[in-house]
Amino acid sequence: MALKIVKGSIDRMFDKNLQDLVRGIRNHKEDEAKYISTCIDEIKQELKQDNIAVKANAVCKLTYLQMLGYDVSWAAFNIVEVMSSSKFTYKRIGYLAASQCFHEGTDVIMLTTNQIRKDLSSPHQYDTGVALTGLSCFVTPDLARDLANDIMTLMSHTKPYIRKKAVLIMYKVFLKYPESLRPAFPRLKEKLEDPDPGVQSAAVNVICELARRNPKNYLSLAPLFFKLMTSSTNNWVLIKIIKLFGALTPLEPRLGKKLIEPLTNLIHSTSAMSLLYECVNTVIAVLISLSSGMPNHSASIQLCVQKLRILIEDSDQNLKYLGLLAMSKILKTHPKSVQSHKDLILQCLDDKDESIRLRALDLLYGMVSKKNLMEIVKKLMLHVDKAEGTTYRDELLTKIIDICSQSNYQYITNFEWYISILVELTRLEGTRHGHLIASQMLDVAIRVKAIRGFAVAQMATLLDNAHLLTGNTQRNGICEVLYAAAWICGEFSEHLEDPMQTLEAMLRPKVATLPGHIQAVYVQNAAKLFATVLRKHEGETDSHAAQETSQLLIDRLPLFVQSANLEVQERASCILQLVKYIQKLQQKKVEVAEEVTALFAGELNPVAPKAQKKVPVPEGLDLDAWINKPPSESESEDEKPKAVFAKEEPKHSRSRHTEVDEKELARRREARKREQANNPFYIKASPSSQKVYDAPGVEHIPVVQIDLSVPLKVPGMPMSDQYLKLEEERRQKEKAERKKEKKKKREKRGKERKADSGPESEEDIAPAHQVDIVTEEMPEVSSCYFGVIKPTVHWFPVQKSSKHKKKKQKKEKEEKEKKKKKRHHHHHHHSNAGGEDSVQNGTVEEEEPLPPMSNYFLLAENSYIKMVYDIQGNHQDESKVVVSVIFENKSDSFLKSMEFNVLDSLNSKLQRPEGAGAHDSLTVPFQLPPGISNEAHFVFSVQSIVMPQKLKGTLTFIVKSDESSTHEKLDFKLHFTCTSYLITTPCYLYDAYAKLLESGDLKGSSLRLEGINMPFHHLLARICFHHHFSVVERIDSCASMYSRSIQGHHVCLLVKTTVSIDAKCDEPSLLGNVLDEIKQTFSKC
Amino acid sequence: REREREREREREFIMIFTFSCNLKMQFMLLFSRQGKLRLQKWYVPLSDKEKKKITRELVQTVLARKPKMCSFLEWRDLKIVYKRYASLYFCCAIEDQDNELITLEIIHRYVELLDKYFGSVCELDIIFNFEKAYFILDEFLLGGEAQETSKKNVLKAIEQADLLQEVSNHILWQCSKNLSDLLGNHIATPQ
Repeated sequence: MALKIVKGSIDRMFDKNLQDLVRGIRNHKEDEAKYISTCIDEIKQELKQDNIAVKANAVCKLTYLQMLGYDVSWAAFNIVEVMSSSKFTYKRIGYLAASQCFHEGTDVIMLTTNQIRKDLSSPHQYDTGVALTGLSCFVTPDLARDLANDIMTLMSHTKPYIRKKAVLIMYKVFLKYPESLRPAFPRLKEKLEDPDPGVQSAAVNVICELARRNPKNYLSLAPLFFKLMTSSTNNWVLIKIIKLFGALTPLEPRLGKKLIEPLTNLIHSTSAMSLLYECVNTVIAVLISLSSGMPNHSASIQLCVQKLRILIEDSDQNLKYLGLLAMSKILKTHPKSVQSHKDLILQCLDDKDESIRLRALDLLYGMVSKKNLMEIVKKLMLHVDKAEGTTYRDELLTKIIDICSQSNYQYITNFEWYISILVELTRLEGTRHGHLIASQMLDVAIRVKAIRGFAVAQMATLLDNAHLLTGNTQRNGICEVLYAAAWICGEFSEHLEDPMQTLEAMLRPKVATLPGHIQAVYVQNAAKLFATVLRKHEGETDSHAAQETSQLLIDRLPLFVQSANLEVQERASCILQLVKYIQKLQQKKVEVAEEVTALFAGELNPVAPKAQKKVPVPEGLDLDAWINKPPSESESEDEKPKAVFAKEEPKHSRSRHTEVDEKELARRREARKREQANNPFYIKASPSSQKVYDAPGVEHIPVVQIDLSVPLKVPGMPMSDQYLKLEEERRQKEKAERKKEKKKKREKRGKERKADSGPESEEDIAPAHQVDIVTEEMPEVSSCYFGVIKPTVHWFPVQKSSKHKKKKQKKEKEEKEKKKKKRHHHHHHHSNAGGEDSVQNGTVEEEEPLPPMSNYFLLAENSYIKMVYDIQGNHQDESKVVVSVIFENKSDSFLKSMEFNVLDSLNSKLQRPEGAGAHDSLTVPFQLPPGISNEAHFVFSVQSIVMPQKLKGTLTFIVKSDESSTHEKLDFKLHFTCTSYLITTPCYLYDAYAKLLESGDLKGSSLRLEGINMPFHHLLARICFHHHFSVVERIDSCASMYSRSIQGHHVCLLVKTTVSIDAKCDEPSLLGNVLDEIKQTFSKC
Repeated sequence: REREREREREREFIMIFTFSCNLKMQFMLLFSRQGKLRLQKWYVPLSDKEKKKITRELVQTVLARKPKMCSFLEWRDLKIVYKRYASLYFCCAIEDQDNELITLEIIHRYVELLDKYFGSVCELDIIFNFEKAYFILDEFLLGGEAQETSKKNVLKAIEQADLLQEVSNHILWQCSKNLSDLLGNHIATPQ
């Protein structure tokens, strides 16, 4: 024995220990993999020895290799051996290895239960401690169930060291084995008042985590926690409790009011930043949740903002970041409080840390007002110039445009300024956002009429300096603005000072290097300019200038006629011929300007969002009337239909049009809205912007007179800064005027009231330009837009008529519902939706019998035969499903020689007897006398089951009557739904089910069923019946369900009485399809 | 009856609970500036493949950040809190509602513990005594929660447990420690 030990020790001296291994790996940088594989071989040898010390050493090395990414699962049993050693040294290593390597799938965990139990009850606290620590990492539902009692006992251990660990690990046990929560909870609650602060804080931790998952159940503990919060000095504990209160307040608003005071006290007093941050966050959350009921919370918000300011001003990047993050939460509800710290936020734009700069940008978006927009944008423009790296600069550019254009240019008071900003942005090198700038230019020029003259002048300058934008091939993105510039100059060419010059600029040879779509716009708009020039010179005695223009076009256009771009070529050749013809006419001294201008006549007007409503309905057109006569309800009952409709499936006989009136209309309305939202030509107005423009008196404010000599004659690019000054001056002037007025008023009224001399409010600032189309009334509806409508539009009393309509609809609906009910009674004997009746009748009894349901769906039918089918899988074969088809002879003749054939797809194939070809049909093994039905089964093999599939097929048969026999055929489509691949698999053990859910392999998804009013048990029964699920467990308000696919996918559902379904499955696409099918099933009810 | 209803509620809670179980700190990683993993502790059950994928992605993301940037980043639906100490990055993943600053504090506390235990700890200490680093972490955090906020108590527990270990082991460890002292640079001061 002694010899053996000595021998073991000697052996051990030659084994590598962990340090040797690490050193070895570091020395074999080139052939690390090879070195490690030899090491693993050695370790395997070591594990075969009896000596536990050698084994422990080997396991320790394996743990290291596991971290490097090597698979060590093969040594799981050896790890258990080392865990079971009686020596603490080895036990510690064993448990460490287990906690790093074991997971729920490790099967040897089953063997550890007794060992762990022994260690838990060991007299040495470190044995117990090490077991608890290990257990926290690899606890499985089985272990949790078996050891819950032992751990619960440890919660009352004499040593706080053990109590603390036991309390914490209880949370893990609850997760794995929720049933243990109930018996353990009282003891856990006791631990909140444990004499040892460590145990106390552990208990707070666990209860807070539990409560965050489901706050409702823990409301009763609030007073206890409140006491703890006001007495505890441990920041860790405080943070937990405060977080818990944050979760509880939405459920109990009174709690929020009570909380504010201690929280503000903490904010004032604490020096720990983490606690301060938590308090501020919770105060914000609390105030948001009860924003209405608290009159006196502005002080708290102010305090939060002040403290956040301190965080943001701190030199620590982390505090800065978190401060900005919390600020953006306040901004959502209290924008005014944040706006006063604009300077600070702007400073953050200078930060070295990009993540901080981006946070600050986000904040700025919400902070702009009419008053500060220009100033903020000016700062941002400075940053654009300074910014390094194109990504950040592009981010800035999009933010500037976002900020300016938000809610329909709500904050822009001077659009000349905005155009100047856009033009300045075109100087950005290498930006990807040329199209964004271009679309803004177009939008503003079209919608703000007053700005067109200015915009055209600017765009003409841009076109003139186009070489600056296109000179560098690197700057391709920006040349998109030329598209906008050319179009604006062409469309609004009457504003051009010198159209000839612009025309010349647009026809320079260099233009041919631009992208095709831009050239096309150039060519088209050159023609518009041509028309303008002609008109300008019309009537002059000397037609030289006009002819010169024609010649210019004739000289330059051939370049574009040769373009490789079809659009450019087509337009250019068209216009070239036109100009040549005009030139001929000009030589004959014919006046052509009128006709040429007519080519481009008609002003482009924006359309108001509610324009459609204002279009009068032509006389005699009733929009609510049916175009085709609806199938009358009585039809299916009164006229006894012929054989074709004799025995239709119930769901077919239910005519759909009752639903059409309300649901369908709502759906169509929704679809239309969506379409409008996506339609770029449909201009949407937000309510807020309308408010601004509806503000009384806005129209009367004069458009500011800008000294034209300053901005317009600046060669090259304009400077937007001047507008800031101008704006200020304008405001000053307005203010002065207003003061004067007030003074007058005051004088009139005597000194009765003091006029408030507070700061200018938002509403006081009047825009210099307005976005036209956001106004409610359409300015003019020109006939070219609504061809059918007379130019003068009679406004309808919209509201009235819509009310009227509603009433009418309601009436109709009621009527239809009545009819529907009637019909249901008639059909009750074979109605799928039988449950509905009882629901409508009022209270529903639990015991109410389920309506009859059928799983067979109609496959096809004609006057001779009807086929219904059902698809079932079984667990034995994961690639086969059986289709059962019931054939029913509906004729008076004898049906024989029925042949069933299906066109196979790659995925699904009909199983044919051996030796048969791939396209041969199967003979149905029976004949059908008149009126008889019989069932046949066909086996299909399927490969992938995650998608539904349809197979086309044909049934041929011979109809034999006394006189004759004819050959007939019937086509059908066999629908393999994903549901048909599911097999009802009872799952009796909730444990197993819970384990499955916890494994983390399942992907989640969810579904809401709208408009379902049937008893919960009917709903469940339907899911079970139609979709092959089984109920695992059910309580009043929810039920969990389970099913398995033929290929072994697990599908779990949590169905709630609120008719929402949470689902999990290991195959997301299968799950998606199954959910769709469930939805469909219920949409039919 | 009341009791029955309560039991119902309890069961409902359990069902919803199992459906959405999650933990506080999701995992902690230690890796070097070269991207070599030095320590990993997972508080959520994930497959080895998933773990490797997350580690690779996260190490890349964190190493790509510039030195002066703040310690937080949003990654997938988690918040990542990291801090660099000398050549080592300490990196934790927490959930959305969790407190970033307290997580930073946890990281710092752990570094302090390592420093106290090893006596001016360096990366090599953690490489060569990685099991010790784990023991300390396990004594400090349990299941993603801080179990002991007192540094003294953690160290006391570790030292007493170490005392139980064999002397021979201790000597061996001392030797390697001296060696690593010679080689390594200190990581006690955060960078």
